[in-house]
Amino acid sequence: MTLLALNPLVSPDPGLFIWSTVAFLILFFLLSKFAWKPIVKALDERERSIEDALSKAEMAKAEMAKLISENEDLLKEARLERDNILKEAKEIKDQIINDAKDQAKAEGTKLIEKAKDEITNQKLAAMAEIKNQVSSLSLAIAEKVLRKQLEDQDKQQALVNDLLKEVKLN
Amino acid sequence: MDLSHIFNSKKFFSIAICAVLFSFLSFSAFSQEHASSDTAHATAAGAHDAKPEKEEDISKVILHHIADSHEWHFFGHVALPLPVILWTDNGLVSFLSNKFGHNDHGTELLDVDGTKLVYYHGKYYYPESVKSADGTYIAYNNKGDIMNTKPLDISITKNVVSLLISVTILLVVFIGIANAYKKREGKAPKGLQSILEPIIIFVRDDIAKPQLGHKYRGFMPYLLTVFFFVWLNNLMGLIPFFPGGANLTGNIAVTMMLALCTFILTTVNGNKNYWGHVFTPHVPWWLYPLMIPVEIIGLFTKPIALMIRLFANITAGHILILSLISLIFILKSVLVAGIAVPFVLFISVIELVVGFIQAFIFTILSALFIGMAVEEKHAEH
Repeated sequence: MTLLALNPLVSPDPGLFIWSTVAFLILFFLLSKFAWKPIVKALDERERSIEDALSKAEMAKAEMAKLISENEDLLKEARLERDNILKEAKEIKDQIINDAKDQAKAEGTKLIEKAKDEITNQKLAAMAEIKNQVSSLSLAIAEKVLRKQLEDQDKQQALVNDLLKEVKLN
Repeated sequence: MDLSHIFNSKKFFSIAICAVLFSFLSFSAFSQEHASSDTAHATAAGAHDAKPEKEEDISKVILHHIADSHEWHFFGHVALPLPVILWTDNGLVSFLSNKFGHNDHGTELLDVDGTKLVYYHGKYYYPESVKSADGTYIAYNNKGDIMNTKPLDISITKNVVSLLISVTILLVVFIGIANAYKKREGKAPKGLQSILEPIIIFVRDDIAKPQLGHKYRGFMPYLLTVFFFVWLNNLMGLIPFFPGGANLTGNIAVTMMLALCTFILTTVNGNKNYWGHVFTPHVPWWLYPLMIPVEIIGLFTKPIALMIRLFANITAGHILILSLISLIFILKSVLVAGIAVPFVLFISVIELVVGFIQAFIFTILSALFIGMAVEEKHAEH
């Protein structure tokens, strides 16, 4: 204790000790209540909000990437769809054309057939007509020829004789 | 616990360097004035004593500068008298320190409302009934100690005023920025807020969290208060004129109060594991008679080391600066100023770093001691 008593520097002054204790405790309580609590809280909250914002940004980025890839998929699908539709349309068109062609062909063939039949019928009818005409004409001609021939009695007799001769041979 | 990671931490150094540069910019001008004002002090003291200047006088001047005072000396004979409050045998008495002049040689009897007092070397004593041979009312024993009893001195001294100023500054600044946090919720810090925020985060992330783990939250207010209180007062101690200049954190009463706070927190928060280490240390039972006293002494040496470390570092810095200035008077040549003043400037800058580092060390050791007290049981190492 003599050392402490000798040097005033290392002997604590009770007055200052009391004052500093009072002042420090007041400072501590006031700062704890009105400064450190809100500050530490605000810092924590801000850190949390920054973290949140960062993770949200990350999520948004992922979402964006997802959307983009989805869009691409959609686009690809759409393209595929379009191609399919076009292909189908072409097929349908070809088919329609082919069908039309076939139908036209069939129709044509049918018409031709019909025409042929008609022609044959007409031909047959015409032939029959001609035959009738020819037979009547020949009959008329034969009548006229016969009439002419048989106008002369001698000649008739000769002919009958000839004919009778022929019969005899038989 | 290994502390080296703290000093290796890049963040710590970058902050320390920032603090130094920032402080250098703001205080280099003051350091110059520190030098000149101290020169004035020393001259005044020399003239006042009207004795040939001896080394003993110089050391007295230096000790006088470091010690507390009942008035705030500005320059020459201009000083701010401060209220003296004494708890005497006749109750509380108070008066302004300049009421009875500036005689502190103990040769005059002061009559304060019927209480006889004597003012000797900056302290108030009860006088001896008769003057001693050297004309004072002070008596010494054969070891040279003063025998007079003292009233309890609870005056508003220079250190107390400085303390109140620093407390006011801390309250205004931090309640101000707390309001800024409330007002600008969730926004980026601005102004003072953005200067102090990194330091608050430094205290939280580099002091509290590593030492206290997940329990850091409850001790944050204490650690922040201690850190900023010590730092601000270290810096104010370096300012040579009015709002600063009091050697508050270099005063053992203040560091004792701070260390006591840490000690109380450690003791109150000490858990089963902590007390278990003290009373059932992990040594063979026959070593207990040796180890338990050592552990109990250890409880007290930790805060005492805290107290002495801060006091000694800050006081040493002040003595160093004053000694360099005093070289001019010891060597009796103004030319010495050409060397002394740059040295003072250099040491002042170092003191700015020391001011920060000591605040940091005080806080981290407090956190460490509290951390040891609240540490959960874990595998022995």
